[in-house]
Amino acid sequence: MHILAFSAVAAMVLILIFIAKEAWPLLTSPAIHKEVTLAKMWFAQQWPGYDAPEHVWQPVSEVPKYAVWPLVVGTIKVTLVSMLVAVPLAVGSAIFISQYAGRRAREIAKPAIEFLAGIPSVVLGFFALMVMASWMQSLFDFDSRLNAVVAGVALSVAVIPVIFTVCEEALGAVPRSYVEASVALGAARWQTVTKVVLPAAAPGIAASIALGLGRAFGETMIVLMASGNAAIISANPADSVRTLSATIAAELAEVVFGGPHYTVLFALAVLLFFVTFVINFLGERTITRMKRRMGVSA
Amino acid sequence: MQASRRPRTGDAVLWFATGLATLLVLTILLILLVDVIKHGAPRLTLGFLTKAPAEGMTAGGIFPAIVGTVALVILMTLAALPAGVATAIYLHEYADPMAIGTRVVRIAVNNLAGVPSIVFGLFGLGFFVQFAGGGIDKLFFGGAKVYGQPALIWAALTLAILTLPVVIVATEEALSTVPRDVRLASAALGATKFQTVVRVVLPQAVPGILTGAILAVSRGAGEVAPILFTGAAYFLPTLPHSLNDQFMQLGYHVYVLATQSPDVDATRPLLYSTVLVLLALTFALNASAIVVRSRMRKRMAGNQA
Repeated sequence: MHILAFSAVAAMVLILIFIAKEAWPLLTSPAIHKEVTLAKMWFAQQWPGYDAPEHVWQPVSEVPKYAVWPLVVGTIKVTLVSMLVAVPLAVGSAIFISQYAGRRAREIAKPAIEFLAGIPSVVLGFFALMVMASWMQSLFDFDSRLNAVVAGVALSVAVIPVIFTVCEEALGAVPRSYVEASVALGAARWQTVTKVVLPAAAPGIAASIALGLGRAFGETMIVLMASGNAAIISANPADSVRTLSATIAAELAEVVFGGPHYTVLFALAVLLFFVTFVINFLGERTITRMKRRMGVSA
Repeated sequence: MQASRRPRTGDAVLWFATGLATLLVLTILLILLVDVIKHGAPRLTLGFLTKAPAEGMTAGGIFPAIVGTVALVILMTLAALPAGVATAIYLHEYADPMAIGTRVVRIAVNNLAGVPSIVFGLFGLGFFVQFAGGGIDKLFFGGAKVYGQPALIWAALTLAILTLPVVIVATEEALSTVPRDVRLASAALGATKFQTVVRVVLPQAVPGILTGAILAVSRGAGEVAPILFTGAAYFLPTLPHSLNDQFMQLGYHVYVLATQSPDVDATRPLLYSTVLVLLALTFALNASAIVVRSRMRKRMAGNQA
């Protein structure tokens, strides 16, 4: 039984080993280096037919090009949009539910948000693609129907429950004595909330945002369906984008096993794994520490 | 006057802003549900649930996708439940919370929940399909491709790993609701630690473990990215009948209909109905998990009184 208990550890280690194993030839294989190297992925290259060195992701072409910056920029853009929408809504709701809402409002809102968390991401992707994209098109008159804004807003729906749940728990973990002391000193409700409860729960709120960020960064189906999947570097959120996760999902089915394209896609997965691992690790550690400080057993 | 008015304005502003945020979140959910039900319900007949897709997915039903999803989550649960429950028992009943091994397990559980689902898909392909499946083929089938290809069993095992943290967290919560007195009483009667856990603690934790299993199924039924390369198929004329068959699945079916249909207008009604079925399924599962959990909490509260 004790051996089974380390299943989660084994899973993490195996995941890392087996995706790293498939990406490893990118560092060592001369056959793959003929087509792609780490340097070619991260630095602008002079391609035939281009005027200046550029970052191009075009793995299926006469001269395969594997620049990752367009995908990284795309991922950051979509993630940023989703966080801009999700953080105020989720943290706002968490404050309302934990500080102001009566029992009835809480009993409606909490299960509803729990249900929102249960919606499969493919359903949100479907909704963004078929419904939201058209609404936003007629509202903002985008050049491309699917873009970083549409994907980001859809993604925020998946991120809101993540942030809300952790944030609400953090606000609820603030000891009653803090609130009572503040009220006893004559502070109004809003003063207690902004000057006592929020600062005390700040690490938990930060952690909730970190966990939401991790989710947004790695989410696949929503961005695959709603982002337009064009690998271009631009600052304009109304352009189509292609994210790291969507690139893997869209391209892996058509690659040669063990070939350069296959290897690069696994390397992108290693990148996703490490970035989300660091974000989640920091988030979880903050939560554990905060719980310990507030006297709740972790 | 000034001093007494400012707090009230502050409260009104904060109440309004945060209340508005809550309302907006609930509105998003409502809009999505209304839209899906409005467009999905008309086509949702018994025939739709019991027939196979026909005429290039522009007619017929989703029966094979329902069967595939059910088979997938059953296999997944069979794998995830024992491992998840054992991990939770270890963490809650045996492990020293400060020991380094325990901390590593806990970090692994927390971070496993945050690994992007597409990474699980690649892992499933690299580990289960190629390493495990390919290994089985080499050992038993002389290198012929039998298990070394995307299949129901590999997709189920990939999802089992993805849902492991869900089972662990729910089981641990269930174990922590079992009163300490019960454990002490059992020990006082001369039971060993193992007997106490198996005969006294676990039976009381069953509703919580059930909650975890239901939530895991709900999560697993909707995930698409992990099964893209490990076993899901676009269209199959027959139902899966062995572990190494490919399968159709509801979420994957939604993805295919939404992105690869040659005739969007013809598939739209079917697409909406499929989404409605998937949503109804996850809703039913989540609702039953909430009911089981609240009953368990009520019972525990009753015990303590």
